[in-house]
Amino acid sequence: MAAQGPILEVRRLSKNFGGVRAVHEVSFTLRRGEFLGVIGPNGSGKTTLVNLITGFVKPSSGSVFFKGAEITGKAPYKIAGLGLARTFQMVRLFYNLPAYKNVIIPLCSPRVKRLRGGKYGEKDDAAIDILDDMGFERDSFVPYKPAGSLPHGYLKRLDLARALALRPELLILDELFSGMSMSEVASTLPIIERLNQEGLTIVMIEHRLKELFRVVDRVLVLNFGMKIAEGTPSEVMESDAVKSAYLGIEVDVEAQAG
Amino acid sequence: MTEPGSKFRKKRLDRGIKARADTIFAVASWREILYLLLPRALPAGFLLLLPLFLDGYWEKVLVYACMFGLLALSWDFLASCGLFSLGQSLFFGLGAYLAGGLNYYLHWPPVVTLPVATIGGGLICSALLSPVMRLRGVYFAMVTLMLPILFMKGIEATGLLGGTHGLSALSPLVHDKVSAYLAVLGFLVCLFAFRRVINSDYGLVLMAIRDDDRAVMSGGINIYWRKSQALFIAGSVGAFAGALMTHHYQFVGKSVFALDYSILPVAAVALGGQGSFAGAALGAMILVPLSEALRALGGLRIAIYCSILILSILTLPEGVFHYMERKYQQFETKVEVR
Amino acid sequence: MSLLIYGLINSIILALYTVGFSLTYGISGLANFAHGALYILSGYTAWSFLNILGLPFWASAPLAVIATALVGFLFYWVLLLRLRGIALAELIVTFAAGVAILELLTWKGFYGIRYSLPLFLRGGVEIGNVAVDYQRLFVVATGILLVILLWLFVHHTKIGLAFRAMAQNERTALSIGIESDWIGSLSLALGSALAAIAAMVVLPLGVMESTIGYEVLIYALAVAIVGGLESTLGMIAGSFIIGYGQILAARYIGAKWMVIVPLAAIVLVLIVRPSGLFGKFKELEERV
Repeated sequence: MAAQGPILEVRRLSKNFGGVRAVHEVSFTLRRGEFLGVIGPNGSGKTTLVNLITGFVKPSSGSVFFKGAEITGKAPYKIAGLGLARTFQMVRLFYNLPAYKNVIIPLCSPRVKRLRGGKYGEKDDAAIDILDDMGFERDSFVPYKPAGSLPHGYLKRLDLARALALRPELLILDELFSGMSMSEVASTLPIIERLNQEGLTIVMIEHRLKELFRVVDRVLVLNFGMKIAEGTPSEVMESDAVKSAYLGIEVDVEAQAG
Repeated sequence: MTEPGSKFRKKRLDRGIKARADTIFAVASWREILYLLLPRALPAGFLLLLPLFLDGYWEKVLVYACMFGLLALSWDFLASCGLFSLGQSLFFGLGAYLAGGLNYYLHWPPVVTLPVATIGGGLICSALLSPVMRLRGVYFAMVTLMLPILFMKGIEATGLLGGTHGLSALSPLVHDKVSAYLAVLGFLVCLFAFRRVINSDYGLVLMAIRDDDRAVMSGGINIYWRKSQALFIAGSVGAFAGALMTHHYQFVGKSVFALDYSILPVAAVALGGQGSFAGAALGAMILVPLSEALRALGGLRIAIYCSILILSILTLPEGVFHYMERKYQQFETKVEVR
Repeated sequence: MSLLIYGLINSIILALYTVGFSLTYGISGLANFAHGALYILSGYTAWSFLNILGLPFWASAPLAVIATALVGFLFYWVLLLRLRGIALAELIVTFAAGVAILELLTWKGFYGIRYSLPLFLRGGVEIGNVAVDYQRLFVVATGILLVILLWLFVHHTKIGLAFRAMAQNERTALSIGIESDWIGSLSLALGSALAAIAAMVVLPLGVMESTIGYEVLIYALAVAIVGGLESTLGMIAGSFIIGYGQILAARYIGAKWMVIVPLAAIVLVLIVRPSGLFGKFKELEERV
């Protein structure tokens, strides 16, 4: 197993929607156990990047390698089956089903069956365990309520629980904190930090820079679909390109390059 | 819930036993056991006894009702994973022609043709339709509507498989009672099996695919494989009905691809209510005898099915079965709105 | 040469069958499965105006078109208003309504040689060495004209633009003051009117029968599936592929194979490109 090599490698990945360059020639690598933050203004192609990596959108060019094997343009379920889980910016849940049943869906996947050794009949318990971990109290009504009746913060965490149920090796969080209250963020952030310390590689897309910079090792900055900076949080904040993208300060990039 | 201008609203409360029995299977008294058992055992027992008392014409009606019941169940099963078919006659016709062809040309006995047609029909259906299942909703319905009609035209035009005359003098099942029981048993087994499957994890995944296929994919599940399994199951059920019908009438003709077999199951589900299978079964059991009573009207019958279909979608969208279930399991009181 | 001309005529007829269905679907996402029924219904309406009220054809044909449009319009308000957005229910209800109309027509005894519309152009002309009657030329002209008009209408008029806005996103359209129910009912009325116009020019070529209703629906669906829904170009391509395919099959294999062509075309397209040759289905791509 290529445990020593990068867990994820993205090479010159591009996607055009009609004439719009949503993502343009983005490359980066990710070590096992790393915690990467991806930031950028609205419409800078962050979600498209996630969709490209997870197979929901087919790239126009470029390639993606996961655990040393190429996964470019593979079907989303195959990529998920390899251990690359994601959450959705706009949560996609089964609103008519009780919350814990949402978590059972990934537990039915071939990947989890293989990892759990085909033990039958404990899916409900396993789902409740995961949810309990996410702050859905085991003994309350919350895990048994229909997902549609839960407040937004819970839905986000339910989405996270569903991604974790897949027992991923790499987890991509697409704006997990958007729409969460301060206290919800405060209670969710330690969970994510703990997951990373337990060895899970995490890519986190976020607008809340303060929280993000506290936890990540490295930051990738996108603007207009292009990578404009990469480095530790402090390095990135020093970068002029990032300042101009975020604060609108006119910086003559070409003059600097020349 | 409230109608405009009214000062009352309906308040619904689950009966105690229902609230408990949904999750906990501890039943305290005979009364409660009966409460749970009767709605299942009574209709099943009734259907099982029926062939003993019926003869000739009405026995045929019973077999007919079970056929349509099977087709309606198969429709409902497909619908539970988001595939809406307008061509149940495709499943039916494939099964019928497989059984008929094997019996006519190769002289295989019904004991062999029935299972072969059932499984073969399911396989052909899933193979034919698997390219389409990537496309949801209207597209699937359009293609399923087209295929049986084109099969019919094809048989008509090419004269294959007996052409317009069909294949006749096929071997019968041993006795009329045998086919009646096969039909009733197949119908009941299918009904209870489907109800069980849909409440299992397998059914959970199917229903999740209907709600949001992308979320299911992100859970590492191959939705196309699951959908083709669902197609195979639904196709097999329809093909079994067709094969049984072929041997029952000892004849198969191009009419097995006719519109009746597509519309009546949908009408049955619309009338009975979608999603519970019992609704589909109930709908078929209501509609088929009704249509026999209307036989004198000839071609007008289909127009009447269609009107029933439209009316029931417009006025009782939840379906008769769900309406009855609600009445059975909930207290309903009127509460004054303050 | 005759192959070329007959193929063209056949293709244009198919395009005429499809144009109304495709328009309604393109605008409001309504798959009107009563399309074929409306087609034949307009034929009978025109026939009734002609033979029962004794009106001349030039008056009864437009009247029939208007009546059919009205039926489509009422369809929306009576049947579909409460089901809007539930694709399955819409489809089942329109289909059921269509079948009900067709079966009622059959039951009323509307078939037989006396039910035919008059040819309004007599005589013919030789193109190359192929005799083509004026009626068929008129069909071709009408077909081409309709497609062009439709394209102009959808792309260059205010109401057309409103239609397009609806087609792209219903909620956004609502928020900028486009009433979706009006657009929906108008799209259905317009689609029905197109079906009726097609009926007025094509039906005089043969005898009317209610089963033609099913055939029209099948061909319209086949063309739509092959070409891809909601694409004008796809519709034209689909009708030409099936139209010429049928003529070729009739010439070289035998006339009875004509009906197999749509089936074969559908199966092929489904294997190669399930969303149709010019379809715009982004089935997997998430809307960002």
